[in-house]
Amino acid sequence: MLQTQVSSSDETDTPADLADREARRATGTLPPPPSPVRARGGVWGARAEIALLVGPALIVFLAFVIFPIVMAAYYGFFSWQGYGVPTEFVGFRNYLTIIQDPTFHDALRHNAIIVVLSLVLQGPVAILLALLLNQKLRGQSIIRVLIFVPYVISEVVVGTGWSLMLQTNGAVNGLLEKVGLESFTQDWLSNPDIAIWTLMAIITWKYIGFAVILFLAGLQGIPEELSEAAAIDGASYWQIQRSITLPLLAPTLRIWAFLSIIGALQLFDLVYIIWGQYVSATAGTSTMATYLVTNGRNAGSYGFGNAVAVVLFLISLVVALIYQRFVLRRDTDGALTGKAGR
Amino acid sequence: MTASLQTVNMPGVRPRGGGHDRAPVRRGLGRPLGYVAAVIVIIAMLAPVAFIIIGGFRTNSEITTDPSGWPSVWNIGNYLDVLTGGIFWQEVLNSVIAGAATTAGVVVLGLMASYVLARYRFRGRGALYAIFAAGLMFPMTVAITPLYILVKNLGLMNSLGGVILPQIAFALPTTIIILVPFLRAIPDEIQEAAFIDGCSRLGFFWRMVVPLAMPGVITVGILAFIASWNSYLLPLFILNNEATFTLPLGVQAFSSQYSVDTAKVLAFTSLSMIPALLFFAFFERRIVGGLTGAVKG
Repeated sequence: MLQTQVSSSDETDTPADLADREARRATGTLPPPPSPVRARGGVWGARAEIALLVGPALIVFLAFVIFPIVMAAYYGFFSWQGYGVPTEFVGFRNYLTIIQDPTFHDALRHNAIIVVLSLVLQGPVAILLALLLNQKLRGQSIIRVLIFVPYVISEVVVGTGWSLMLQTNGAVNGLLEKVGLESFTQDWLSNPDIAIWTLMAIITWKYIGFAVILFLAGLQGIPEELSEAAAIDGASYWQIQRSITLPLLAPTLRIWAFLSIIGALQLFDLVYIIWGQYVSATAGTSTMATYLVTNGRNAGSYGFGNAVAVVLFLISLVVALIYQRFVLRRDTDGALTGKAGR
Repeated sequence: MTASLQTVNMPGVRPRGGGHDRAPVRRGLGRPLGYVAAVIVIIAMLAPVAFIIIGGFRTNSEITTDPSGWPSVWNIGNYLDVLTGGIFWQEVLNSVIAGAATTAGVVVLGLMASYVLARYRFRGRGALYAIFAAGLMFPMTVAITPLYILVKNLGLMNSLGGVILPQIAFALPTTIIILVPFLRAIPDEIQEAAFIDGCSRLGFFWRMVVPLAMPGVITVGILAFIASWNSYLLPLFILNNEATFTLPLGVQAFSSQYSVDTAKVLAFTSLSMIPALLFFAFFERRIVGGLTGAVKG
């Protein structure tokens, strides 16, 4: 998954990529392509093998990924309750409704807040943790497993557990009272000033382990000799981190940020489980995806739901393309991707 | 770490500069701080999980009067109730079937397709790879309504098959992207030697590629299994009949059905996360290793 940006740029044969690949091959950062192997049984035999091997995957993929996506774009132009064939063509009316709906504006704004706060809250903490844990500690593998635990637990379990703990008479408020911080007790879930921060706390708890593991993996790829040499030249610990470790970790950071942004734009499970379809809007935690399910399937308006899906997809696509163009671009000839094309 | 510390601590090599002592080279911020951070993080990560598990051992009146306390008596009644009721095991079975079938499908289809994309040279290979890779841009959320209608038209509503097939399809891009570089890394010499010994390309696939690709296959298999085990949106749309519920739907149904019986909900919730946790603990090295490989290329 993490290699997407990287490998796909190797595989799609646009002229720019070809040139880029040739350049890297010339500088030795890209291994030569596998030498063509002799086809046994002639061209037709090879073609049959290719069809036999790729066919099943391609059929399943086209039928259950590409076809539904194409249909979403088609259904989005209809007013349709989901029965029979859609007949009531409404053009762009669904899209107009979405663009003018203040509930959707709220959801979009919440998504934007979640995108930014996910980066700002998780990034620095995860970097710091990765730096702290990137040394030989007793029980290192146990520590890594435990940090990763919330990431492995399903969103439903996380949502159910946290919503029980965060009720007004739940464990969080109970604990605050016990340690004498009664004044900090809150209606964590329904107070619209607080709810989005509650959501961010849960998101951080659930997903930071992924960031830490990713960064640890990135840190382990940085040769130790560099910081040793810098230390011998008199660089302080923080100078080393700032001038050597962080720049070399940057490709990993950029990929993590990309995954985090896309994930935040499509956030659904946690919000839907904790706040449900009606409360999320009043608590200020609704997202585009919960808006999609609430106003699409749950309202019986399948045409409208698909239009929302298309909008959600286009927004994600634009963000992804902008990010790829301006941020990940550097990685196509960076240290991270150099080795990826093998 | 140990080695680097020793080198730098040798008298002559010790860095000197700025007039005061420099700390030796450290890859981290120093071990004591590392331990402090580890302890804080582990507490923060595990406290909510512990709350769920411990809460299952308490009674409802205890939870109401003191939501954040220890059980006065550790009673296993809640857990026994869940374990002896039929619903839980039915849902475990459904989740296992969905997870196992998804994993098997992803691994078999993904490996075959990746083999072609990695080791055959033919016109349109780049385009084919691009189509699969583009799948990453299409989250299931976007396709969920048409997917639901497609599954309904195929007559797969309320059957695990209706969950398994889309899950396989949506896991293929990740699988192919992880496996292709893996298969490409198999040295050509092995392939040439196999051909000289009279092995066909398909024979080479079964006898050499499959065994050699095992580590990569295990990584993608685990990712697919955990994703399926935790998946929520798709089962929410496809499975309406309680007999076909997977665990995530089961947890949600149980918690709304027994919303007054908090202790029992907690017991059910903690039991439902145990399989995923065990599975993860068992394969942790593979998952983390797979991520490491993906980052480092």
